[in-house]
Amino acid sequence: MVRLLQIEFIKLWNNRASRILITSYFVLLTSIALIAAIKFDIGPVQFHLADQGIFNFPYIWHFNTWVAAIFKLFLAIVIVSMMANEYSNKTIKQNLIDGLSKKEFILSKFLTVISFALISTVFVFITSIILGLIYSDYNEISIIFSDLEFLPAFFVKLVGFFSFCLFLGMLVKRSAFALGFLILWTILEQAIFGILGWKVMSWPAAKRVKDFFPLESMMNLIKEPGSRLSAVQNIGDQIGENFRFDYHTYWYEFVIVIFWTALFIYLSYALLKKRDL
Amino acid sequence: MQTILTVTNLTKKFGYLTAVKDLSFTIEKGNVYGILGPNGSGKSTTLGIILNVVNRTSGNFSWFDGNTSTHDALKKVGAIIERPNFYPYMTAVQNLKLVCKIKEVPETKIQEKLELVGLWERKDSKFKTFSLGMKQRLAIASALLNDPEILILDEPTNGLDPQGIHQIRQIIKKIASEGTTILLASHLLDEVEKVCSHVVILRKGEKLYSGPVDGMMASHGFFELRAGDMEELKALLEKNVSFGKVETFNGTLTAYLKEEMDAEALNKFLYDKGIVLSHLVKRKESLEEQFLNLTNNK
Repeated sequence: MVRLLQIEFIKLWNNRASRILITSYFVLLTSIALIAAIKFDIGPVQFHLADQGIFNFPYIWHFNTWVAAIFKLFLAIVIVSMMANEYSNKTIKQNLIDGLSKKEFILSKFLTVISFALISTVFVFITSIILGLIYSDYNEISIIFSDLEFLPAFFVKLVGFFSFCLFLGMLVKRSAFALGFLILWTILEQAIFGILGWKVMSWPAAKRVKDFFPLESMMNLIKEPGSRLSAVQNIGDQIGENFRFDYHTYWYEFVIVIFWTALFIYLSYALLKKRDL
Repeated sequence: MQTILTVTNLTKKFGYLTAVKDLSFTIEKGNVYGILGPNGSGKSTTLGIILNVVNRTSGNFSWFDGNTSTHDALKKVGAIIERPNFYPYMTAVQNLKLVCKIKEVPETKIQEKLELVGLWERKDSKFKTFSLGMKQRLAIASALLNDPEILILDEPTNGLDPQGIHQIRQIIKKIASEGTTILLASHLLDEVEKVCSHVVILRKGEKLYSGPVDGMMASHGFFELRAGDMEELKALLEKNVSFGKVETFNGTLTAYLKEEMDAEALNKFLYDKGIVLSHLVKRKESLEEQFLNLTNNK
């Protein structure tokens, strides 16, 4: 296993473009801390974002994992091209000839995906705990470590998304086209949802079907945290809208994403097995 | 003799096209094999199948004793097919280190192999800056990293300049002289003739011949003769049962043997009949002539 990771590390780290993208990704993850620096000082109105409760435990787990997940696009590019480049350089052929089995080849890519997700999760955990300890209004141990489900959710979400990228790279063999396909797929999921709700079934039923789509199910793992802020909820109460949604992540949401992950990895393997290189 | 590779009834179809048809051959340790065939005769497909990158339609192949999985067997094989494939953004040494990791061999051989192919001075240059000849030599170095039991080369001199071709051939000869089994696919006959002891000849995916180079045709060679009286020489040879076809071309008479006869015996026979030769050469058909005969006749 270490050997497979080493192989992938040599390939990635010696490529300048991937190196820059990976470094910027982790720098950006750390830079969530910069949100704390957002301050408006307009005469009598003083606004300091860090004081609005976004860094309160346990809310910070939700907020930071949600923001961090936006940056995953950087790694998506790296992962799509690490797969597609093997095709365009024909090195996939040479790797197999040199004695890597097809299973090992897919496994080495999948292990890389897991490592990326794991390191990201650890990063987010450390940044959040430091920010929280500085800005949070509540610092009891029991509160700090409550709602930690957002961390595994973040991890599973990343693994799922990157596996999808891996599969697209495998399927399309060209990084640019694979990324285009990713965008197309995002639109497609919404379009299918729209058609289902409009013509086929009721909107709530369509919403339930949509929750099973790959990208949508990944999105559901960490729901949008903005409306959970007390400030926002106060406004909601005043205008008579209820913003108290359900923010928790349920086990079946994990299961759906894990199912997609397994399917994407299996399909990548099946494709590689079937293809003549 | 130790068997390295056994191929039995291998068939590969690409849609309606049959690229390899019912092919069988074995490769024994210590010989240098050539796979010969015109372009598109299924050479690369055959190599692709035994190297685990092309799926077979039917048939079988087994490496070594038949108990090793293909990808494990490939760790004991060195192979280059078609073009040298490396990561363009990595240097020669970085690429070879990666191959070492894949083949699970220590990195200690890198310097030795790079020196063998004359690339040690360029070890820190990126692969994409290499000329085709250098890329091909790096590929050979990479294939040799594990001191393979068998080296498989698919048209290693394709697209190279004369100097590059010469360098590659020198390297191949050197490796062959060290006792490594080599399987060389090529459509360049002189290349195969110069280094191979055994050949497999393919045409349109079918095997026409496999065996030693010498036994390719049941041929005993031919004589090229010149004498003062060509007419009588010709008449005399046509009456002799040892000779088949006798023809004159450009003042030289070519007589094909039907049975073994050495030059000395012929000379004595003709001298006794009163014909003094001014030119006598005994030759075998070149591989090229034999190959064209084989591929055209069927």
